[in-house]
Amino acid sequence: MVAVFSLFICFYSNASFSQDHEPNHGTGAQNEAKHGEEGDFDVTGFILDHVRDHHSWHLWGHTSIPLPVIIKTDKGFETFSSAKLSNEHHEPVIYNGNYPYKLVEGKIRIMNADGTVDEEASKKVFDISITKNVVSLFLTVILLILIFTSVANAYKKRGVKSAPKGFQSFIEPIILFVRDEVAKPYLGHQYARYMPFLLTIFFFIWINNLLGLVPFFPGGANLSGNIAFTLALALFTFVIVNVNGKKDYWKHIFWMPGLPTLMKIFLMPIELLGVFIKPISLTIRLFANITAGHILVMSLISLIFIFKSVAASAMAVPFTVFISVIELLVGFLQAFIFAMLSALYIGMAIEEHHDHHEDIPVI
Amino acid sequence: MLLEINPLVLPDPGLLIWSTLAFLILLFVLGKFAWKPIMKAIGEREKGINEAIASAEKIKAEMAQLQSDNEKLLVQAREERAQILNEAKAIKDKIIAEAKEQAKTEAAKIMAETQQAIENQKMAAVVDLKNQVGNLVIEVSEKVLRRELLNKAQQETYIKELANDIKLN
Amino acid sequence: MVVGSVAAIGAGLAAIGAGIGIGQIGKGAVEGIARQPEAANDIRTNMIVAAALVEAVSLFAVVVALLGNSAGA
Repeated sequence: MVAVFSLFICFYSNASFSQDHEPNHGTGAQNEAKHGEEGDFDVTGFILDHVRDHHSWHLWGHTSIPLPVIIKTDKGFETFSSAKLSNEHHEPVIYNGNYPYKLVEGKIRIMNADGTVDEEASKKVFDISITKNVVSLFLTVILLILIFTSVANAYKKRGVKSAPKGFQSFIEPIILFVRDEVAKPYLGHQYARYMPFLLTIFFFIWINNLLGLVPFFPGGANLSGNIAFTLALALFTFVIVNVNGKKDYWKHIFWMPGLPTLMKIFLMPIELLGVFIKPISLTIRLFANITAGHILVMSLISLIFIFKSVAASAMAVPFTVFISVIELLVGFLQAFIFAMLSALYIGMAIEEHHDHHEDIPVI
Repeated sequence: MLLEINPLVLPDPGLLIWSTLAFLILLFVLGKFAWKPIMKAIGEREKGINEAIASAEKIKAEMAQLQSDNEKLLVQAREERAQILNEAKAIKDKIIAEAKEQAKTEAAKIMAETQQAIENQKMAAVVDLKNQVGNLVIEVSEKVLRRELLNKAQQETYIKELANDIKLN
Repeated sequence: MVVGSVAAIGAGLAAIGAGIGIGQIGKGAVEGIARQPEAANDIRTNMIVAAALVEAVSLFAVVVALLGNSAGA
């Protein structure tokens, strides 16, 4: 994943490189290609556009679903359809609400009269629009509720004694896996209390990872590869860890037992920092892994357009399939790791008494 | 701003709020309507399975107990049989020995009686023979004497002689 | 332009670090499993955790590289 990211950054820096030099070398080869019939294919832009959040859900060609925009400025809340932010050619246009709004790089900005972005006023825009990712979020919530209430009903209907059947038999081993591999080893006898959280977070991440791999409508949103989403989930772990933290947990942070006083003072800020680094590492791990997967798949597909040849697809498509299969595994693995590390952190916080501090991984 | 942060790693507050809200709803709804009944059902089933296994173990132990009891009984019965057989054999031997002993003594007795009888007979026969011989002697003597004892003197000496002989016998 | 390139180099270095780290973990895990096949499940779980932790560090580096990336553009 790291390697993928590096690859992507190389793309990205090349793009910025060429952009920087465009004013100087106005008649560069790339610029000429841009004026050609098909135009040069902007790989970085294409990939970034996919990875980013959107105010409308692109279906195919020039068809997309407009989504409601909800923004708060100093003049209060304002709601309008995102269709008003683009014209029939899907180019961003200015919409005159309380302010003149325009989509600049996917963000809603307030424009000046001369067509430039009013940076000062734009900072006041608080955007809580129902974006593509939010719609995807709601879809997965509904999907999960439907799946798991039906499974729960199956238990009620079929009784406890009978063997699981159908979808129930697919879900049950995973629930048992979460219980036996994630909750029990790290939480001990208190595992039952945290099972709902661990199960919810595991299935929520997993289904979002899977939907992210689906290239068309119900999927296609890069939700679990969005840092806001992963941050929200990590914040839940953070809150649960610190709310349930026992005396020992705080003691180990502020006054590590069994060490000289000087060392205790020295360790306190480090341990305190660790409290915040844990959720940040959860955030970044999930975000980076899933985003890297998306970037990799998009980059491989982009090869066809970079080489401008159908023949390139002979190589690009099998590679994409291969990476997609790996991403299926990564999707499961990251959900598992997120749930497991959450359980680990909670387990460390709720541990009642331990004589010796084990070498606890901080991040 | 010195470093403009890449939009990729800048959390969007809108999505952050929606995600938190969505996760809270999900946690609440699933916790109430899905995880609770599912975990309960799984727990109950596991309990049931454990109980079933435990009772099966118990039954197995009981069966084993029963079997070992049977085995014990069998061993006991075998021992008893062997004992009875031994006893019977001992009794038989004893009876045979007794019978043999009895037969022996009986035989000895019979033999002794027989001997006695033979002895008696023999004695009787000897007496009889003596008598007969005496008679014969007397007869012969009479005959001889009838002829010889014509003279009285001779007769007297001879009788004396004979009488001496008989007494010595 | 300069910042962008430096970021790429930084990300590349992070990838080297993660590669070595995860390689070591994989090596250790495979050796452990070869020595004690009955402990394979425990080793696998711990391997995944350790790999995730190593990966996190390098992902930090990559994200830091990304942070500075757009400044040059």
